[in-house]
Amino acid sequence: MDLLLNVLLGVVVAATPLVFASIGELVAEKSGVLNLGVEGMMIVGAIAAFAGTVASGSYVVGILTGALAGAAMAALFGVLTLTLMSNQVACGLALTLFGLGLSALIGQAYSGVSLPQFPRLDIPVLSEIPFVGPLIFGQDALVYLSFALVAAVAWFLTRTRAGLVLRAVGENHDAAHGIGYPVIAIRYLAVMFGGACAGLGGAYLSLVQTPLWVEKMTAGRGWIALALVVFASWRPLRVLGGAYLFGGITIMQLHSQALGLKIDAQILSMLPYIATIVVLVVISRDRVKMKLNAPSCLGKVFYATS
Amino acid sequence: MLKLVPRKEPNRAMLYATPFLAVLMTLVAGFLLFTLLGKDPLHAMYLIFVKPLTDFNSVAEMLVKATPLVLIGVGLAIGFRAGVWNIGAEGQFTIGAITGGSVALAAYPEGGPLLLPAMALAGALGGMAWAAIPAFLRTRFNASEILVSLMLVYVATLLLSLLVHGPLRDPDGFNFPESRLFQEDALLPALIPDTRAHWGFVVGLFAVVAAYVYLERMLLGFQVKVLGQAPRAARFAGYSEKKIVWTCFMISGGLAGIAGLFETAGPVGQLVPSLPVGYGFTAIIVAFLGRLHPVGILFAALLMALTYIGGETAQIEMSLPSATTSVFQGMLLFFLLATDVLVNFRLARAGKPAAAAVRPAAPTPAE
Repeated sequence: MDLLLNVLLGVVVAATPLVFASIGELVAEKSGVLNLGVEGMMIVGAIAAFAGTVASGSYVVGILTGALAGAAMAALFGVLTLTLMSNQVACGLALTLFGLGLSALIGQAYSGVSLPQFPRLDIPVLSEIPFVGPLIFGQDALVYLSFALVAAVAWFLTRTRAGLVLRAVGENHDAAHGIGYPVIAIRYLAVMFGGACAGLGGAYLSLVQTPLWVEKMTAGRGWIALALVVFASWRPLRVLGGAYLFGGITIMQLHSQALGLKIDAQILSMLPYIATIVVLVVISRDRVKMKLNAPSCLGKVFYATS
Repeated sequence: MLKLVPRKEPNRAMLYATPFLAVLMTLVAGFLLFTLLGKDPLHAMYLIFVKPLTDFNSVAEMLVKATPLVLIGVGLAIGFRAGVWNIGAEGQFTIGAITGGSVALAAYPEGGPLLLPAMALAGALGGMAWAAIPAFLRTRFNASEILVSLMLVYVATLLLSLLVHGPLRDPDGFNFPESRLFQEDALLPALIPDTRAHWGFVVGLFAVVAAYVYLERMLLGFQVKVLGQAPRAARFAGYSEKKIVWTCFMISGGLAGIAGLFETAGPVGQLVPSLPVGYGFTAIIVAFLGRLHPVGILFAALLMALTYIGGETAQIEMSLPSATTSVFQGMLLFFLLATDVLVNFRLARAGKPAAAAVRPAAPTPAE
């Protein structure tokens, strides 16, 4: 029972950064922008949150710094792809390469610094229920925030007028522009929201999961988050399911030894990446369905002719 | 206020001017960055961009670094032109090193004149096999080649680590996770005596010429360009997208594999877990900086190699963080992509009824 509880708690910790990063990317993609720089925004968010926390002594300030740094990176991407109409794939790659370098540069002063254990938000009485208590009522604030964020995004996209406009911009930017919606402005907001979420995901890594600054600590999670959006067929609630599935796969490598499995550490570490490929294949196989699910203007450059 | 107005035709002059503009802007940004870090910017710039050129050994080292960048960059550029995004060259590089290096280890201690060609062939085939995975999954299952090829980078790095911890570990070593040093015949001969510059650079030059001929003179090369610039036209003309995707992945994967083998049989001389140092990713910047043109890529690779060597010197002499070089490279790509807009658009004062109704000019190969 204790082992199971530990495994499940581990899954939550592994899944939360993915939830943040992929729900943000989902919103950006829904507006028609493919930002492949999630990895870069995440890692910059991670170091910014860490540095912000160390400097201010406050987790709240640190987390906000992380989110702002992610949004700033996303704004940079917006200038390139939305204002200057550059290729989104190439700019996303540039953002990742730049982010990895920049974070290492800033992070050099923080190697070896460690933070205390991130506080859990133990809800009185309820968190004392055996098993269910610590699992559901004893998580940290960011975990609850990630769930709230997914719910908010789901509600926003399907139940509000603004969400409808955002989706319209992603489905047909020429028509949306024709009706009079500010396509570029909406996309900027969506991309920056995505960046802030990626920054939060990074903050979770450096403040809660380790809590240390390690160079390249995102280790491909930003890319996995991108795959999760495809896996979720651009639906917010499925992002949650996908992230927890991947959290489970990631956590397997930590617990396999306790379970007595004799598999090389490297092979276990490969699992999340191989699982990503398998999932992509299974989901993408149906071309018609993919076409229906994906925003029609995803990755396309918009230029207002009038 | 300024406003972007589409040009009727892509501007050729801008096409060639923007890389220089981007380099200039990177220098200015670098100047600010060093000032922010509290380092003497002029001295840092001198160390990074000038000093390596004054020293014979540094120039040779530049060729060492430029070799994988040219080989991988040329291959990637062919794919990028067609809109086929192989961004997992780093993984193909690693696998090429493993398969090519394994040939040397299997033959140990035998040598002979055929050993190196066999290793190069195995390296190329290894890179191609690794590239075949995203190509197959894209053409058969419609899976994003970007994500698949990238995920395989992590898998390849872990595979290398697994192998040098196990089957390929030096049996006479002290349990270090590395293979034995390759025998004499498995090492690339030096191009310039007493330096690490090796014949791989000459192979890189061959790749540049071959890619140029392929793109300019051969039908499939033409089809590659059309698919990238006008996918609909390519479909109407009956070009097989499948065939083009496969071709692009095989070329880029094969070249990345050879680059990996050259790295392990050249400057490194054995298989070590730290072999992949990011050439596969830097080559993406090289490909764009070289305007996706083979000759341009050669110069871009040399410039990038210069920043590697100069960056190392600056790190040691001015105690700069090692990440400075990658920040520079990232900024360079940013500025390049940002100035790219000037190829297809021109700046005009807003408010004027310019010929704004014109559709944006057809994208150039640079995009």
